[in-house]
Amino acid sequence: MDTTPRAVTRLIEEFHRLPGVGPKTAQRLTFHLLRAPKEQAAALAEALAQLNDHIVTCSICANIAEENPCAICRDEARDRSIVCVVEEPLDVLAIERTREYRGLYHVLHGAISPVEGIGPEDLRVQELLTRLERDRGIQEIVLATNPNLEGEATAMYLERLIKPLGIKLTRLARGLPVGGDLEYADEVTLTRALEGRREV
Amino acid sequence: MRERLYRVEAIVLKRTDYGEADRLLTLFTPDLGKMRAIAKGARKPSSRKSGHVELFTHTALLLAKGRQLDIITQADTIDAFLPLRENLERVGYAYYLAELVDRFSEEGTENRALYDLFLRALNWLGDAVNNPALLARFFELRLLQYVGYRPQLFKCIHCGKAIEPIENYFSAEAGGILDPDCAQTQREHIAGHARDAQILSLTALKVLRYLQTREWETARGLRLTPEVLSEVEALLQRFITHHLERNLKSVEFLRELKAGASVGRQA
Repeated sequence: MDTTPRAVTRLIEEFHRLPGVGPKTAQRLTFHLLRAPKEQAAALAEALAQLNDHIVTCSICANIAEENPCAICRDEARDRSIVCVVEEPLDVLAIERTREYRGLYHVLHGAISPVEGIGPEDLRVQELLTRLERDRGIQEIVLATNPNLEGEATAMYLERLIKPLGIKLTRLARGLPVGGDLEYADEVTLTRALEGRREV
Repeated sequence: MRERLYRVEAIVLKRTDYGEADRLLTLFTPDLGKMRAIAKGARKPSSRKSGHVELFTHTALLLAKGRQLDIITQADTIDAFLPLRENLERVGYAYYLAELVDRFSEEGTENRALYDLFLRALNWLGDAVNNPALLARFFELRLLQYVGYRPQLFKCIHCGKAIEPIENYFSAEAGGILDPDCAQTQREHIAGHARDAQILSLTALKVLRYLQTREWETARGLRLTPEVLSEVEALLQRFITHHLERNLKSVEFLRELKAGASVGRQA
């Protein structure tokens, strides 16, 4: 007979549904919270409740935000003539960390993946095109999708749509990673690295 | 002690994210057929493996036996099919061929003929002289043959008589051609086993036979009108979905590309 209280099994099940959390981890997390000070569980519960209530999608760049338009789209100090197209909100964070980029973003929320049945219509592609049509100040699009087959396919698809509009299109450079090893590089990466070599 | 490490040559059919930074790969190999393996850390930018286990790469692997799934310890690209990757339409077709191979193969069942076909097809697909739509039809017919679903195109599937050079019928359910008389009786018969029979033009029949019996080096010279090509495509698509009992996801993408391309041209 299962003697575990209902509330405990329910939390275990909820944790288990999260990506990367197995049954044992779910149990460990649950029992950790049981033993931890009450405030910790309460803080977690509050944070979870806020997640849905206080998060909106920015109507300009489709990034997740607290307000609409998001902080980046409202920031007057940013360069509004350049838009960086990324797959996920997490990619915005990654690019922001570099402090190199001062333009705006557009989040697609995925990449084209025929095997998973994800086509262009499942992404925020139409929103991007409408934005380009409406905002004539945009002069450059940086395609910053992942350097894998899905990301490349998405970039090629966008290239087809945006090229005829006469807007400058750039793609993030692909090549050797910092801390990498030339002898382990695959031929696609090395080819791209050679193509994109720079005079020093 | 039993050897824990072994070598395989493989083409990457599919990959999904696994755990924090790993990838779960579906591989197609000449000796072990379809199999799955884990590429640890392949999602980190500094991974030594990631580029060598990208989709549709022909790669040499060193694997270690794991408790459930085997783990890739080394990977080295044999052919990355670079020209194929630079064209969106051809990438779309590569997805389609890979999905066909994946759906028609069982894990652990060797099929060397299909492996060789797939490897060659990826090469052909990167070559601009080849029409990818025609190549896909050729690939479909060969694949069906290698997995045991070769459609009968020379004799009536019902009465066994040789097919006359006229308009005949094709039934996915029955597995091939029916002459007009048999098609008529089968369709009227409640328990007929070819109630899905549809008209097949003589040109389309000739094209199907040609593709089924010739090598690609000969078959690729075929120049077809869009009408014939789409008749053949629709017929094979019906045949394939009948046997798989499901639709293929990458077909939808190819359709969108085609639609998008025509929109782009008008603009």
